[in-house]
Amino acid sequence: MTKNILLVGVGGQGIILTSKILSTALINDGYDVKMSEVHGMAQRGGSVTTQVRYGEKVYSPIIGKGEADILISFEKMEAMRWIEYLKPEGKLVVNDYAIGSAPILAGTAKYPKNIIEELKEKVDTLVLNAHEVALELGNVKVQNIVMLGALVKEMNLSNIDWENAIKNLVKPKFVEINIKAFNKGLKLR
Amino acid sequence: MKKLLTGNEAVARGAYEAGVHVAAAYPGTPSTEILENIAKYKEIYSEWTPNEKVAVEVAVGASMAGARSLSAMKHVGMNVAADPMFTYAYLGVNGGCVIVTADDPGMHSSQNEQDNRYYARHAKMPLIEPSDSQEAKDFTMEAYEISEKYDVPVLFRLTTRVCHSKSLVELGERKNVEIKPYSRNIPKFVATPARARVHHIELEEKLKKLEEYANNTFLNKEEWNTEEIGIITSGISYQYAKEVFGDKASYLKLGFTYPLPKKMIKEFSSKVKKLYVIEENEPFLETEIKAMGINVIGKEKIPITLELNPDIIREALLGEKSKIVEQNKEKVVSRPPTLCSGCPHRGLFYELGKKKDVVITGDIGCYTLGSAEPLNAMDSVVCMGAGVSAAHGFIKAFEQAGTKKKVFGVVGDSTFFHSGITGLIDIVYNKSNATIIILDNRITAMTGHQENPGTGYTLMGEKAEIIDIEAICKAVGIKHIRTINPNNLKEVKDSINEAMELTEPSVIITKWPCALKKFTEIDMQQFELKPQKYYVDSDKCKKCKMCLNIGCPSISFDEKIGSIIDQDTCVGCSVCAQVCPFDAIKKVGE
Repeated sequence: MTKNILLVGVGGQGIILTSKILSTALINDGYDVKMSEVHGMAQRGGSVTTQVRYGEKVYSPIIGKGEADILISFEKMEAMRWIEYLKPEGKLVVNDYAIGSAPILAGTAKYPKNIIEELKEKVDTLVLNAHEVALELGNVKVQNIVMLGALVKEMNLSNIDWENAIKNLVKPKFVEINIKAFNKGLKLR
Repeated sequence: MKKLLTGNEAVARGAYEAGVHVAAAYPGTPSTEILENIAKYKEIYSEWTPNEKVAVEVAVGASMAGARSLSAMKHVGMNVAADPMFTYAYLGVNGGCVIVTADDPGMHSSQNEQDNRYYARHAKMPLIEPSDSQEAKDFTMEAYEISEKYDVPVLFRLTTRVCHSKSLVELGERKNVEIKPYSRNIPKFVATPARARVHHIELEEKLKKLEEYANNTFLNKEEWNTEEIGIITSGISYQYAKEVFGDKASYLKLGFTYPLPKKMIKEFSSKVKKLYVIEENEPFLETEIKAMGINVIGKEKIPITLELNPDIIREALLGEKSKIVEQNKEKVVSRPPTLCSGCPHRGLFYELGKKKDVVITGDIGCYTLGSAEPLNAMDSVVCMGAGVSAAHGFIKAFEQAGTKKKVFGVVGDSTFFHSGITGLIDIVYNKSNATIIILDNRITAMTGHQENPGTGYTLMGEKAEIIDIEAICKAVGIKHIRTINPNNLKEVKDSINEAMELTEPSVIITKWPCALKKFTEIDMQQFELKPQKYYVDSDKCKKCKMCLNIGCPSISFDEKIGSIIDQDTCVGCSVCAQVCPFDAIKKVGE
């Protein structure tokens, strides 16, 4: 049975690196994996999304609406943007963290309130504060790996060798803090 | 050994294993990483060219000389490259020649979604369409065999999802291919009308043989499960079709789609009760299949616009719709891409956007974002180079209509080399008073920082001559040239005001490195690049919101506190400090 993971957030949050680590570790564990990313202008403050599909044999690299087993959102408004892609019985993992978009920063729109509360009413939701955890660890940039830890826990994939995948894809001087972030993420529920 | 590769990485690997000797391209999403990855193989000479036409001509020359060559581009780049391509199809090759087009259904980062499969039919080139990374590698290798066996360049078509999705690829060894001997062959390689008439007849013969090949190649294959439903498909659409129908349909999976394997199609379609053609964007296969008198269901059900996915196919052909969790649209504010914090284009567009009674013709690059709120500093964007030539067109029309408006054209450094120079020559030669602003941020930024003729480095990392933009402008006859620092608003304003008064063509070069750029030795010597940050003194902030007009993603506003600068992302360009009328924005540490 193919599993579908949808990762969403904002350009610059490390979503593509997270997807690479995820895909590499799943392959090392023997799964067929397809990962899809779209970049270009998206990296300049835009909404970013990647998809990872794994199973015995994967055909399409992308999914449609209502197909994701898990939606992992690195920013809370992005969770609402992409919620239609989650299966109604799927799981939402959302970072309680806001990044204003251009119209919000310019004052022509307001950052919406109570997004998480509303999503919680619709789907099974796990709320994290990966930003805070990363700050405690001393580097705000490892938010993404905290999120990865939480995702692994939710998908019951803890038995895979994640440390090795992190070591292979992260710059050597950041390996230690990333592994710490990953382990924090695993225990966040 | 198996490795997880994107389609682009797999094409690069395929070129390596096929023994390719020379590769040339101009960067463009989603094709850029093909050459970036080829450059990692030292056995292949690779380069960034000023534009796609040059890239194809380099590949053509190398192929004539006996080398296996490759050129890659995004779909709109093929419009630029079409000239040499069409004629090289007539002439035929010496060393194998493959031209890659990376199309962008859904326009993730493009101005249109043209389906370049039509170029194959139009230029009479064999067409190959892989559906995943393994095929991207294997089919690249086969493309060289086809090119050399049938004496014709090959068009290799990818789409964004094939380019940028990763799947497993079995790696092999590089085939040692000798560069074929070159001897002058005027009848073959000189395309005069008399010879071209012969070449055209020969090419039609080659296409007949290629159709025979199409019916027998491993690139096209049948997958039998049932006689109830048959699906003819190619490229990524095959993966989507498999996802939806699995073993509830039989497939004719086409990897070689021009010339079409007509015999195979006839046989396949005669054995199934219901026949679908599933393809993204244009009815390229469908039209030809219908012309064969075969009844198929295609575009009457499957959308012609935007990217396909399994969901769309499921709903269109099976009437099944997935259950979804509904989004509350009120809680989703748009998140358009913006000029980065510290982007050197910001100062220019801030001042230019304030000018009344001007027209600003734009171009394709990061600076296209100058057209968005709050800068609103652009009237048109068509294609690369049009920022220059369209400005000239505006002026000539205004002259006839008696309209008094100043026209500015903007172009980047890389697009200036790409196709801005010729437009600038036109402006001087045909006498207009356009002011062309060359936004020189010392790199090809939009596609992710590729070197270009102005940066001082090649794709292979060697130091290179820096082509001097100012000297080029002078050489084509521009007399008024000013090179300014775009982060200095006074300099920007003065240069624009000066240009407003001129009755002859002029150029402003805004020269400052991209805020995301990894600075080179040359940058460090030329610019005062020091880390600094700015902050808002909230006691002095009068909440006038002037600083919001520059559209910097590091600045937000709070009704209680006033403006706030995010210290994590500020890079200290100082534009906000220059805009603040109350001196409330200050340098950290001063």
